Formats: sequence, structure tokens, C-alpha cells
Amino acid sequence: MFEQIIFYSFGTMLLLSALMVISVRNPVYAALFLVLAFFSTSAIWLLLRAEFLAIVLVLVYVGAVMVLFLFVVMMLDINLARLRAGFMRYLPAGALVALVLAASMVLVVGGEGFNEIRESGLAERGPAYSNTAELGEALFTAYLYPLEIAGAILLVAIIAAIALTQRAKRETKAQNPDAQVAVRRQDRVRLVKMSSERDSE
Amino acid sequence: MLEMIRQMLNATVGQIVPAAWQAQTVEVMLIVMQITIILTPLMLCVAYMVYAERKVIGSIQGRIGPNRVGAFGYRLAGLGQPIADALKLILKEIIIPTGSNKFLFVIAPILSMAPAVAAWAVIPFAADTVLADINAGLLYVLALTSLAVYGVIIAGWASNSKYAFLGAMRSAAQIVAYEIAMGFALVGVVVAAGSLNLGQIINAQSGSLLHWYWLPLLPFFVVYFISGVAETNRAPFDVAEGESEIVAGFHVEYSGMAFSLFFLAEYANIILISVLSAVLFLGGWLSPFEGVLPKSAFTLPVIGSVLGGGIHWLLLKTSLFIFVFLWLRATFPRYRYDQIMRLGWKVFIPITLVWLVVIATLAKLQITPWFN
Amino acid sequence: MSIDNLSLLLPEIALLTLACATLMVDIFSNDPKHGPGYWLAQLTLLVTAVLVLVTYTGDSQYAMAGMFVSDAMSGLLKFAICIISLFALFYSREYLLRHDIIKGEYFVLGLFAVLGMLVMVSANNLLTVYLGLELLSLSLYAMVAIHRDSSSASEAAIKYFVLGAIASGMLLYGISILYGVTGSLELGAVAQVLEGQSDYPTLAIFGLVFVLIGVAFKLGAVPFHMWLPDVYQGAPTAVTLFIGSAPKLAAFAMAIRLLVDGLGPLLPDWQQMLMILAVLSMATGNLIAIAQTNIKRMLAYSTIAHIGFLLLGLVAGNAGGYAGAMFYVITYALMSMGGFAMIILLGRKGAEADQLDDFSGLAERSPWLAFLMLILMFSMAGIPPFLGFWAKWFVLREVIQAGFVWIALLAVAFAIVGAFYYLRVVKLMYFDEPREPDEPQCSTPLRTVLSVNGLSLLLLGLSPGLLMSLCMAAFSP
Repeated sequence: MFEQIIFYSFGTMLLLSALMVISVRNPVYAALFLVLAFFSTSAIWLLLRAEFLAIVLVLVYVGAVMVLFLFVVMMLDINLARLRAGFMRYLPAGALVALVLAASMVLVVGGEGFNEIRESGLAERGPAYSNTAELGEALFTAYLYPLEIAGAILLVAIIAAIALTQRAKRETKAQNPDAQVAVRRQDRVRLVKMSSERDSE
Repeated sequence: MLEMIRQMLNATVGQIVPAAWQAQTVEVMLIVMQITIILTPLMLCVAYMVYAERKVIGSIQGRIGPNRVGAFGYRLAGLGQPIADALKLILKEIIIPTGSNKFLFVIAPILSMAPAVAAWAVIPFAADTVLADINAGLLYVLALTSLAVYGVIIAGWASNSKYAFLGAMRSAAQIVAYEIAMGFALVGVVVAAGSLNLGQIINAQSGSLLHWYWLPLLPFFVVYFISGVAETNRAPFDVAEGESEIVAGFHVEYSGMAFSLFFLAEYANIILISVLSAVLFLGGWLSPFEGVLPKSAFTLPVIGSVLGGGIHWLLLKTSLFIFVFLWLRATFPRYRYDQIMRLGWKVFIPITLVWLVVIATLAKLQITPWFN
Repeated sequence: MSIDNLSLLLPEIALLTLACATLMVDIFSNDPKHGPGYWLAQLTLLVTAVLVLVTYTGDSQYAMAGMFVSDAMSGLLKFAICIISLFALFYSREYLLRHDIIKGEYFVLGLFAVLGMLVMVSANNLLTVYLGLELLSLSLYAMVAIHRDSSSASEAAIKYFVLGAIASGMLLYGISILYGVTGSLELGAVAQVLEGQSDYPTLAIFGLVFVLIGVAFKLGAVPFHMWLPDVYQGAPTAVTLFIGSAPKLAAFAMAIRLLVDGLGPLLPDWQQMLMILAVLSMATGNLIAIAQTNIKRMLAYSTIAHIGFLLLGLVAGNAGGYAGAMFYVITYALMSMGGFAMIILLGRKGAEADQLDDFSGLAERSPWLAFLMLILMFSMAGIPPFLGFWAKWFVLREVIQAGFVWIALLAVAFAIVGAFYYLRVVKLMYFDEPREPDEPQCSTPLRTVLSVNGLSLLLLGLSPGLLMSLCMAAFSP
């Protein structure tokens, strides 16, 4: 009962905030509603005793990804009128796609593969059970290969991002602290011994 | 103690709410009580940390610091100052600028305060003394500290002011940059301790002063603490406020209680980072005399409990770190923005990555005394 | 222990390690022509190719908890991918140097793309299929955008990225449905579950449709071909060449893995879908190509037509058909590479030779180059005795044997339509006046490699049995 109340309140919050993400006019609001949606999802995952996933969702998506998202959205001056211009025209097609996807999703969850899970319910495990450790073990044994490929994909993303944004020519006038610290007196000052000269003529 | 209170509550609550709800109601009430027990001293600490800051910095700069406000005609070395400050801030009007986004403007200080407080749920104060003894405690702390940035960003944006917005943008980039190094440092701790539970991390450090993680994880310790300073936007990483450049940064438009919430959040975060540093690298509530003095010394009546592990050691270690925070502020000039980024991305992250490999190797080879 | 048979992964491991080494070497070398990085990249491909040969056994072996499979098909395709990429990187460097947009990251990204292809070829799990595809696509997106100052390249990159992301989404959605239906991600297990059910649920078909759309997107089959002409035309020719060669082999492998290995029991269903895709692709590709004046765009539409032919091999639905499709895709990669290389060769800094007019009177300017182009065009048109003819013949033979005579007739009809625009290029070269009199400038290595590429089509065409038997062997149980 208690759990159900929590589930339904977070579920409602998730749905509402997800709806707001796509319907509010202000993109900053949309991003903030997305944050709220992530939070609600995370809470629901906690109810499923998936604490690692729940916390990592907050840590990665809310703590890092959405911050950068907000960063960009706040800087941009997005013209909403133009974004919304084609809304009515594309509505029928969009609605159709949404309908098909929703229908297939219902079918999937009703599929054979999920019967087992639905019937058995959540496995009850003691408080000592750490699904972080369990996940780690699965990732580094059975799923080692996909994990490594995912690592390679992230590396490619980094290389691509740097290759596409960094200009070869540096135009900033940044100081080089290493060089500044390493400088010696001889590099800067030259003491010259000169004999005094008298004006000729 | 806890059980006793629970029974008392059970008895009284049982008469008011239906039986089906009794267990949950009691549980909620107990948690609220525990939260109060943690938060009240914390808020007091925050108030007096401001006082300590002014005194310490005053002393470093050869001044006296606040020494006027006392009570009942006595000056008491200015101990009444925080109370007076708090009263002043509470009584002031909260001005909401025209053109600002009212809802976000009001909610921003709360968003900045909440994570700073919520993270305390998993901090172990002494053996088995923790509000929520969860498996993924360290992750929880990391997640919550990463949320602190929202208060700053939203405040900056909602204020509809150039200075505030600049401060928010600076802060966002800075926090995201240092979070990575911080995360890697924590991964090192996890590798060493083999657990994400803060209590177990402390237990893994038991043995003696040399078993604490400050020694094997020295690079992580340094990186974590400095990243912590950066995450809290404290000097010398205080470009987000940068009084001399962008007035006061993200909270330039705030006044009264709204402003003081930001203020409280900043200091609560400082204390949090200090306590975490103590827990992760200085053995939390473990006593430094452990392994030095003979076992019989800890069984002595009063002296034994002082010398043995306990909350007093945690508080002492935390105070040490807090002092370092203040000391830093009085000593170093502000970093320039590009220097901050360079330090975060090009120095800290490589250091942590390299040391992570070293630690993993040590742990794999089970090098004593730290890994066995 | 799940980390067994690690030696099977030797090519991939070597490739990944050396690709990282290439990145480092290139960063620390000061050569403005990025020589060290380039040569190390080529060495990497060579080493990988050799390791593929060394680890080749011919029968199916599994590694990494059954996520990785090494069989006859993967061996042949991996070797072909490495060798073709070797050529592609060579042509790319010539182009990048000529247009002064060379970057060390290009070669590193190329290597990672090859890694993605190898992963796809050896995937035995829906998860690895998808990850390999993403690794490949992400590298390609970046390569298309590598010339930042060109607005057409940026436009192409964005288009490619957005449509590619949609395709990946479709594929992933299909995969998730299949997982829902069968409760497994492993291809063999998926097939087993589907096999066991006398009438599999409609939902499996749903999953199949989405997976097929994803595959069709990546291959560029009509009606999911919209990105192809724009990307081929907009991207720097070097990148177009790269995209048009080895990745098609990987896409073919992906189709085989998903449709045959995983969804084999659904054969009657996807056969019909592929039939429609194949006919539409051949029709659209060949007809629209006629109207093009830009040769890169023309070759893009010709690609679509070739993909139609390739799908025809899958439609046959038996080992012979798959072998035919494999023969076709390898042939196609060789031809397309040669075609784009010719465009690279004729171009100058700041001026791409991507209009049909740029080829007029080539025979007068340089008879040898014109002859090579003639080989390429004849081969693409499917005129004997060039390799392209045998590829078409092989596929058609299997399709007819499988009983789809009318489709084979349609394919022949469209091939004849297609011959028109290939022969138009030949006519331009030999019978029109040159627009500029002087011989096109190119380095000796480029001319040599292109000659090898072109003549290989002729030589392999004269004795198609070798490659054909290799392809047959890849699919014989």
C-alpha cells in the first residue's frame, strides 16, 4: 500500500513532467522538466531496488548531461515560433507513429519473454545484497566484450569532438606557467660591463 | 536508545492512526527525529563557521575580526555576531527583480540548499551511527553533490541579470570539470576499500594511522580535496562569485533570506566536503592512537573512550579540513578561468587516471598493509 | 570463465591497440603531411589482415561468452575489409593532401571505423551488432564533417548523422522487441526460440520490420535511401570513397547476421519485404541516375541500384544466394572505390572533378586513365568479361534457381537501363572534345594503385572462379 502510493505519485510526476518537456514554450523550462522526469524515474527504480541504476541516472544525466544541456539552452536564443510552425501539419503523421509505437510497446510487454518476470515478481533479497557488485561482475565477465566496444565508441566520440572543434592555430594569449616558473635570471637580465665613455669632440 | 523511542512512539501513535499505517508512521517520525538531530548542530556549525572564518582570516591578516556583538552586556569575543547576522537577514525584504522568472528565482536557493543537506543522510558519525546505511552510499553522495550546481545555474538564469548569468555559466563549466576528477578519486577509494558503503570504507582503513587512505591514495586525497574546494566555489576557485569581476556572480540579485540560503548552502557544502575527506582519507571516526597504544589503553574508564575511536575524532578531523578551507581563502589569489580549466582537465584527470592504474595493481597484488 | 578463446579476437585487439598507438604517434609527430600517423595506420591494417589470415580456421568458433563468432564468412569479409580499407586510406591521403585538409585524426577515425566493421562482421549477439554499427557510424559521421570549412560537407554530415541516428533508433527498437519476444539477445538463441514456435507471434514480425528498416537505412535501399545521394555528393570525395567501399561489406554482414543467423525462421516474411526493397532500389537507383550531371551523385544512385541487386541475393534465401550477394558486395566495393578514386585523381586543389563534363575527352588527355575508367564503367554496367558481370550473373543464377524468375527478368531490365548512364561516361571520354587540353596531374603511386585497382576487375573477371569458390565456401555448412 505504502509502496503503491509512492509508485503512483512518482509515476504521475514522471508522466506529467515528460508531457511538459514537449509542451512548454520555454526551452529552459523543458530542460528543467526533463530533470524532474529523470528524478521521478530514478525514484521508481529505487522502488524496484535498483539503487545503482537509480543513483547513476541522477549522477550522470541530471548531474552532468543536463547541466551542459541547460548551459547550451540558456545561451541560445531559440526562435520558438519557427519551431512550432509545422506542428499542425505534421501532427497526423506524428500521431500515427506514436500510435504504432505505443501499440507495439503494449504488445512487447505482453510478450512471452516477460511472462516469467511478471509472474515471479521481484526477487526478494536481503539488505546485504549489493546490486552494484552484481552489475559490476556481469559487466566485466559476460558483457566484457560489449563493454570494451562501448569504451571504443566513447573514445571515438572524444577524438571526433576534438578533431571537429579544435583549431590548429592558437589565437589565445594564454600564459605558459611552466615556462614562467622555469625562467632563470640569465634569461631575462643581461649584465653588461661597459667602460665609461667620454664624449668625443 | 532507538528501540526505546520506537516503542514509546508505537504506544502513542497506535492510538491515533489506524493499525495498518502504524509501522510506517512511526518509521517516518523516527527518521524526522534523526534528521533533526543531525541538522540542528549542522546549522549551528554553519552559523559559527562564518564567525570562525572571520576570526581566522582576521588573525591571518593581523586583524581582530568581529568582537563587538555579545549578549547581556558582555562582548564574549563577538560570539553573538552570527545570531545578529541571521536576524538581520531574516528581517530583510526579499526583492524579486522585474523581468526575472519569479518561480525559478524563488526556488533556486532551495535547490542549492537541499542537496547540501540531503547528502548528510549517509555520513557515518561513529560505528553504526548513520541515518541511512545504504550500499551505494558513496555514489549517493557523489550524485547529490553534483546537483548543487542547479541552484547556481537556475539562480543565474532566473535573475535576468548579466552578472548573475556570467557567474552561473562559469560555475556550471567549473563544477562539471571538477566532478570528473572528483569521481575518479572516489573510484580509487572504492577500489581500495572494495565497497561503496561509507561505514565499510572506514572499517577498511582500520589498523593504524598508516592504514588510513591518505597514504596509499595520496594523489586522490589531494585531488579530491582541491576538487572539493572548486566544487564549493570557494577561493581560490571562486570565479562564480568573483566580487571584483562580476560583483557577486550568481546571487547578485538576491537579498534577505533567499541570499542567506545560498550562504548557508555554501558553508554546509564546505562542511560536507570536509567530513567526506575525513571519512574517505583520514579514517573517519577511527582513532589515530589505534595500533600505536596497547589494546589495554582503550579499556581504561574515561581516557579509554577518549583515546578510542568515536565521533570526536571525526569532528576533529573535519575541523582540520574546514580550517584548511579558510586558510586557503586567506592565502591564495583567485585563479583565472582558463587556469581553472587547465588544472581540472589537464592536471587532475590525468593524475587520477594514472594513480587509478597503480592502485588497481596494488589491490590486485594485495600489497600489505593496505590491501589484503 | 567467460573470457575464453581470446586468441580469436587477435585481429580486433591488435587493431584497437595499434589505432590508439596511431593516435599518439600522430599527435606527437610534427610532420605537416601526417606521414608517421598515416604509415602506422596502413601498417595496422596490414597487421590486422595478416592476423585475420592467421586466426582463420574455417569453422564456427565462439568467444567472449558467445558474443563473438569467427567463421568462414567472417574470415573472408574481414580480410576483404582490411585490404579495401588499405586502398581507401591511400586514396584518402592523396585527396586530403591535394586539397590541403589533411588531419591525423582522419586515419585514426578510419581505423576505428574498420574496427566497428570487424565487430559487426563477427557479431553473434544483437548487442554487439548494434555496438559495432554505432562504432562504425560515429567514425563515419566525423569523417564526413572533417573538412570544417566546407558548408556542403557540414550539411552532409548533419544529414547523415540525423538520419543515421533515426536508423539506429529503429534498429534498436526492433532489437528490443525481439528481446521482448524471445527473451534473449544471442542470435542463435533468438533463432532457436522462433524455430520452436510453430506460429510465432505477430510481434516477432513487428521486430523484424524495425530491424529490417534499420538494415535498409544503413545499406541505402529504397525507400530508406534519402541520405545517400546528399552524403555522397556533399562529403569530401575521399570520405565518399571510404563510405562507399568497406562499410557496405559490414552492412552486408550485418544483414546476414540479423536476418539469417537470428531471424532465419522468419525467412518467408523477410523474403517478401526484401523483394520489394530490391525491386524499388533497382528501379529508383537506375532511373534517377540517368538524370544526374554530378558524377558523385550519379554514382550514389548507382550505389542504390547495386544495393538492390545485392538484396536480390538475399531474397534467394539459400546458401548460394548469400554467397552471390557476398561476391556482389566485394565486387561493388572494388568498383566504387575505383570510380571515386578517378574523381580524386582528376580533381585539383579547390576544384573537384565531380561533373560529368570533367570527363569529356579524357581519352585524348590521358588514354591510360580513360581506359581504366572504361574498365570501371563496363564492370559496373555488368559487361563481360569484367568482374561486375560475374557478380550480376552469380546473383541472377541463384535467384532463378530459387524460382523467382520474374524478379530476375526485372533485374536484367533495370541493369540494361543502368548501362545507359555508365556508357554515357565512356562516350564522353572517347568521343567528346576535352575542356582542357593538358594531361591531369597525378603522382606515380596514385596512378599505380589506381591501375592495380582497375586491372584487378579485369583479371578477377577473367578468372572469377577463385573468388566465387571462396564465397561459396563461406556459406557451405
